[in-house]
Amino acid sequence: MNFPILSSLILLPTVGAFFLFFTRSNNQNNFTVKYVALFTSFVNFLLSIYLWILFDQTTSEFQFVEQRIWIKDFISYKVGVDGISILFILLTTFITPLCILSVNNSIKERLSEFLIAVLIMESFMIGVFCSLDLVIFYLFFEAGLIPMFLIIGIWGGARRVYSAFKFFLYTLLGSVLMLVAIITIYWLTGTTDVIELYSLGIETKYQNLLWLAFFSSFAVKTPMWPVHTWLPDAHVEAPTAGSVLLAAILLKMAGYGFIRFSLGLFPVASEVFTPLIYTLSVIAIIFTSFIALMQEDMKKLIAYSSVAHMGYVTLGIFTIQQQGIEGSIIQMISHGLVSAALFLCVGVVYDRMHSRLINTYGGIVSIIPKYSVLFMLFTLAALGLPGTSGFVGEFLILMGAFKDNFLVAVIASIGVIIGAAYMLWLYKRVIFGKLINTDLKKMIDLNRSESIILTSLAIPTLFFGFYPDPLINTIEVSISDLIETYNFRLASKI
Amino acid sequence: MTNLQLVFPEIFLSLSIMFLLILGVFKKNSSKIIQNLSLVVLLVTAVITFNETIGIKEVKLFNNSIIIDYLSSLMKIVTLLATFLVLIISSNYLRTFKIFKIEYPILILSSVLGMMIMISSNDLIVFYMGLELQSLALYVLATFNRDQIKSSEAGLKYFVLSALSSGLLLYGCSLIYGFTGSTNFNVIANQLGSNEYAITFGIVFILVGLAFKISAVPFHMWAPDVYEGSPTSVTLFFTMVPKVAALTLFIRFLYVPFLNLIDQWQMILIFLSIASMLFGAIAAIGQTNLKRLVAYSSIGHVGYALAGVATGTNEGMQSSVIYIIIYILMNLGLFSCLLMMKRENQYYEKIEDLSGLSKNHPMLALSLMIILFSLAGIPPLAGFFAKFYVFKSVIEQSMYFLAIVGLLSTVIAAFYYLRLIKIMYFDKEKEKYDTDHGLWLKFSLTFSTLLILVYFIFPSQLIEVVSRINII
Repeated sequence: MNFPILSSLILLPTVGAFFLFFTRSNNQNNFTVKYVALFTSFVNFLLSIYLWILFDQTTSEFQFVEQRIWIKDFISYKVGVDGISILFILLTTFITPLCILSVNNSIKERLSEFLIAVLIMESFMIGVFCSLDLVIFYLFFEAGLIPMFLIIGIWGGARRVYSAFKFFLYTLLGSVLMLVAIITIYWLTGTTDVIELYSLGIETKYQNLLWLAFFSSFAVKTPMWPVHTWLPDAHVEAPTAGSVLLAAILLKMAGYGFIRFSLGLFPVASEVFTPLIYTLSVIAIIFTSFIALMQEDMKKLIAYSSVAHMGYVTLGIFTIQQQGIEGSIIQMISHGLVSAALFLCVGVVYDRMHSRLINTYGGIVSIIPKYSVLFMLFTLAALGLPGTSGFVGEFLILMGAFKDNFLVAVIASIGVIIGAAYMLWLYKRVIFGKLINTDLKKMIDLNRSESIILTSLAIPTLFFGFYPDPLINTIEVSISDLIETYNFRLASKI
Repeated sequence: MTNLQLVFPEIFLSLSIMFLLILGVFKKNSSKIIQNLSLVVLLVTAVITFNETIGIKEVKLFNNSIIIDYLSSLMKIVTLLATFLVLIISSNYLRTFKIFKIEYPILILSSVLGMMIMISSNDLIVFYMGLELQSLALYVLATFNRDQIKSSEAGLKYFVLSALSSGLLLYGCSLIYGFTGSTNFNVIANQLGSNEYAITFGIVFILVGLAFKISAVPFHMWAPDVYEGSPTSVTLFFTMVPKVAALTLFIRFLYVPFLNLIDQWQMILIFLSIASMLFGAIAAIGQTNLKRLVAYSSIGHVGYALAGVATGTNEGMQSSVIYIIIYILMNLGLFSCLLMMKRENQYYEKIEDLSGLSKNHPMLALSLMIILFSLAGIPPLAGFFAKFYVFKSVIEQSMYFLAIVGLLSTVIAAFYYLRLIKIMYFDKEKEKYDTDHGLWLKFSLTFSTLLILVYFIFPSQLIEVVSRINII
């Protein structure tokens, strides 16, 4: 048997966490603890790059498949990647080391516990993206709640308890219905193996209810309007690294789930519920953009912008057009990079001034120029300026949407303008203007680790903005195959 | 009479009880010896049960009134081992309250004897005999800390209510005897015939009695008070061991004689299950005393276990057995933590006493957190799998309403488990607790936490053990 590369990717962070567990944390060895964590996650990143190099882009088959019997005659541990999932794994392994690098200033106490939580979280997230069995998927999907709950609750801000509870209970409530659906699928088909289910199909009469059950879970996690309210709370109260993980990776689980399970397993139901998704997405895009416009808290503003961006993603997925879905995936990757960067940017000024309110700042461009430049770049990427990865995603999504439904596409395009408005206004109020608050003069520009983090996020943002081919090549075949199967099964009603 | 070896575990246990009693009376200050001997007796009985009966498919003894099959052997072993763990971790607690007396292990052994008879019963009279033997011992155990008024109150309350339920149960037995002409389960099964509705009355009365013993809503009223008032080590015993025997009786009673009347009793069980799950989840939210909270949580967990029984299938029944085994494991861990919250000879059992536990006792807090997440049913911990198997069997019978209500109540229940975690991890720390816990206490906490944590690596083993149960 070949080297089990996916299992290694899942297990490695846990092993690192295990080492940290036996390193007693005190102020002296904080350094060691951090480097153990950083080393683990970096090795994991290299491993995933290696995976990408080995990955065969010309086929839509699942690759690197590993299968082991787990519960006899029932569930087997099965992992594998195709073009859709591999990018998310890369995103996860890329963001995690940056998160760990960023803890320098923000996490003051219980550092080693924090890093353990982050690493275990990484394991679970990679597990979500490569599991090829519904039960295994559910297991990873739900298990992620535990470390995230602790990250928000222990290291969060003032209202952290409320936010942690809200996050946990909202997502749990959404997910339990998915569990019912998964068991029902097993009962109907006798298997929970995703590949087998793709070929078996699910009877039309059950699809609608099952789709709704999966939807309830993914809609909360995405988050879609009107169940998005946990997100601003969780984002605002989580420590910077927690917000980054949430925005960059956790939200993508749902988008991934929509593509992999909603489209893949229930084509008939997906067709039925497309108007619902369109409506909710458009509301999310317009409505939350307006809400974002009115925010006074920077983190909250970015959180609402995340909801709007995820609105584009869900819209793109359900266009069932090649461009639409490609755009959605690129938008998710890009949002993963950009929102992570924006949260880190907020984290940078928060660590110095201990305020997230926009009106604390203003006129800091001359005090911290390096920061202002990078912040500018990510602001522009968030509003989708050509030349940044945000543009590629949004453009493809809107192109797909125009092919499918003109009205929806027009409304969604208006959202782009509002998006530009709130991002630019945020930037203007924070960076430019008169320097009123004299405390700001004491601010120091980016230190080394912050520069490294933000630059390493800026490089892919720009690179994929100008040259998205590596991304598109990876996902292209898988998506065209997905759409083909979708249309075929839609026509033959299974 | 060659089959007498099959009841050898019970015979051995009863002889040992008498011997220990006599030893305790004649030898001064023998509580330590008796405690240790009882542990040995429990283990030996478990070994005998394992050796003599585990391979047996199904044998009936004494005019078909006792049944030895895989279900009974397995449940007896679970009971004995759980009792063993209860006994080894309770000695420190008893010493602190100066109630480390010879009666304690002997009473526990007698109630275990009653449970073993219950588990093996194939006859209404035998079943009632076993039930009363275990209950009588439990009444006394509840009042064991007799200097405390709460403990006496708990025992008295338990006694009065339990006697009432036993009365109902006996009434049900007599109805069934009246309409079928027999007390034997198998004969009853053949005599159901035309008296269906009359017999249903009997079933209802017996189910009421059993629901009382297993503390399912709406017959749960005694549980919070008794659990709170009894000494903690006895509460631990209450929440774990009697539930095993009662669950076995539920299975045996409903599946052997009355499987054909499933239409009649299924609704009742679904109601008991839904009511317990919801009530257990909602009522626990407002509690401030940990033992009361555990009482409500155990009511909720009984609801899940009954959901499996309600399916009327082998798989459902097996999932209930898995549930109760995992539940015992989690409760053992939970109470080990409770017994560790001791400072200067005083035990703390208020919720706010957990405050900031993670700062002062990181390992204890970590274990408790794992146990609580598992009780809440969050994957990948053992508690999730317990719920998963139950809901799988429930959904396979298309009982979606039960499944969805059950899963929603797990979300409600998650709230109060999270609250405990919040208090441990997010709140300010208080004074430290003692750390000189006995070796056994540490062992049982580590043992249960590790098993809960790594259960997901080999989930098949437990299923394999349980899937050999086959009584339909």
